[in-house]
Amino acid sequence: MKPRDLTDLALRNLREALLRNALTTLGVAVGVASLVAMLSLGVGLQQLAAKRLSQSGLFDTIFVTPKNAFRGMGRPQRDPDADKPGRSLDDTARREFEALPNVIEVYPQVRFFTEIRFNNRPYAAVVAGMPDSSRNSGAFDGMQGTFFSSAAANVPILQIEFAKDVSDKPSSILGQELVLRYAERQALPSTAANNDASANPGESSGGGFSVVPKELHLKIVGIVETEPAAGYGGYGNARLLMPLATASTLRAAQVNDLRDIVHDSGPAKTTYASLSVRAKSPSQVEALEATIKKMGFNVFSLLDASKSLRTFFTVFDSLLGIFGCLALAVATLGIVNTLVMAILERRREIGVLKALGAADADVQQLFFVEAGVMGFFGGVFGVLLGWMLGRAVTIGTNLYLQRQNLNPIELSYVPWWLTISGLVFAVLVSLAAGLYPASRAAKLNPVDALRYE
Amino acid sequence: MPTADPAIQLDRVSRHYAMGDTSVRAVNEVSLSVANNEFLALLGSSGSGKSTLLNLIAGLDRPTSGSIIARGRNLASLSSLELARYRCHTIGMIFQSFNLLPRMTLEENVELPLRLAEVDRAERPARVREALEHVRLTHRIGHRPTQLSGGEQQRVAIARALVNRPKILLADEPTGNLDTATGEAILALLRELQSQLGMTIVMVTHERPLAEAFADHLATMGDGKLLSTFAVKGVPQ
Repeated sequence: MKPRDLTDLALRNLREALLRNALTTLGVAVGVASLVAMLSLGVGLQQLAAKRLSQSGLFDTIFVTPKNAFRGMGRPQRDPDADKPGRSLDDTARREFEALPNVIEVYPQVRFFTEIRFNNRPYAAVVAGMPDSSRNSGAFDGMQGTFFSSAAANVPILQIEFAKDVSDKPSSILGQELVLRYAERQALPSTAANNDASANPGESSGGGFSVVPKELHLKIVGIVETEPAAGYGGYGNARLLMPLATASTLRAAQVNDLRDIVHDSGPAKTTYASLSVRAKSPSQVEALEATIKKMGFNVFSLLDASKSLRTFFTVFDSLLGIFGCLALAVATLGIVNTLVMAILERRREIGVLKALGAADADVQQLFFVEAGVMGFFGGVFGVLLGWMLGRAVTIGTNLYLQRQNLNPIELSYVPWWLTISGLVFAVLVSLAAGLYPASRAAKLNPVDALRYE
Repeated sequence: MPTADPAIQLDRVSRHYAMGDTSVRAVNEVSLSVANNEFLALLGSSGSGKSTLLNLIAGLDRPTSGSIIARGRNLASLSSLELARYRCHTIGMIFQSFNLLPRMTLEENVELPLRLAEVDRAERPARVREALEHVRLTHRIGHRPTQLSGGEQQRVAIARALVNRPKILLADEPTGNLDTATGEAILALLRELQSQLGMTIVMVTHERPLAEAFADHLATMGDGKLLSTFAVKGVPQ
């Protein structure tokens, strides 16, 4: 029989027992829905975690340090090339990094411990400089107030926990002023002449420096809920964030300054304790790491952690998928039952078809198509239902989060591949369910079938 | 008039069934020849094996032994698919209980063999109409079988059997569910179509007077064996 005739007959047969076939299709839809809903939650959670981690800048960033920064002093050497002379992490190296392909930006880390006064009360806090590129990283999405007005503005953004420490109503402190008390590093007179006028944070100049207490009045422009400056080398979470250029001009004393005094880096040379090299995407981190390593520096990234995360979510999604499949397995039994019932009811009809010239394959294909049609419609409704379930869970979760004064999240996500897979899986499972009934129908003896009342 | 070449040739055909430990010989060593354009009536009491023999000729069942040559092809050597094609293109079947599909209209019922034969869709309406014209039911084309009388249903079944233009028509008790007058009308129609279209008819019946009135030859069966065959004189041609 031609496919169109086969489909015509199958649809006609399905319409004949509309209620029963609709219920069977609904069973498939519920099975697919549970599968899609489960996996959409898994995918949503994975995306949420990936987004948060990518916002942290951990997975597209390589932390570069001089070779003698963390090793030596009798500790075992991990790197086989470590005995080779390391290069100084200076402006020359910084420019070389910037010239590498797939590098978006290179910036030093400015992070210092200080005291902040707000309403005449002192608070200890870590201050971190944020590069201007962090504006678009997503880390500041949903923040209260505004981002830094310019790359060198004298304005801070407070981390929410710190804002809660200084005021019961964090949003009320927007626009208010705080005082940053910090220790400015000043070159000693004997070497001051040799110092670079545009000294950078983290820099040191051979010959030593003095520390002078300073104050800076800053108008609070924003409060951020995430922790954009946390992560490797963060020395804990920063509670006050300011533009990197502004933080650099403060020339605040940092923990690596003392090390640089004892390490002779030349009187007029700018060196960095570390540089952050941002790649265009996490996939380019590995190659960049290797290149920078060959240039004579220590490198570190959280690429391996990213791989572990992917492994975790693959296992997690598989488990969700298995639970989702249980409902589909039950629905499969429904299809088998419906088709076996149909064989009993249409036994005589099968006999007539065979007497009129239908081959075994025609009868088999007819039942296959009926199973496939139920699977297809079950798949379509199932994907739709699964998406709606995912949305319902997201809306319910967000209502709860809203009551807890937390930002809403996108808990479920149905990507195009899940839609297609759900549909294809439903049809395949239904066809598999139709195997036995179709085979049984095809094998019916036409003489017996024609005798059946 | 029948021609010399047989349309159907049965040679020592047997069909045995196992019923527990015993073997039932439904058809036992039957040899029979049916000529082209002949109308043969198979007579016999219930359980005599006449329907089993008809199913064997239809290719719905396979003989335990012996050979059935239908229009030059040995049915015993055909595969399941080839037998299906044989049923589709070479023979047409009508049954005592009509076996029309109740959820389909007359048009759809008659079109069914055309679907199975993969006849072009554009060609089908004309073929269906032609078949229904033969049985004079074109005015009921959109009706369902349940809206027709028994005689009309059997005429639709005949149209369905003829739509693929078979060379052999097999009828299993076609008048069994009809009153005498309607039964006679159906057989008259079969006879008329036979002469119009030129085909061989094998009909199973237990109504001897009807068989004598319309068939060319009668074959009588009993206990699975062919008891006698003879020509009927004075059959209207």
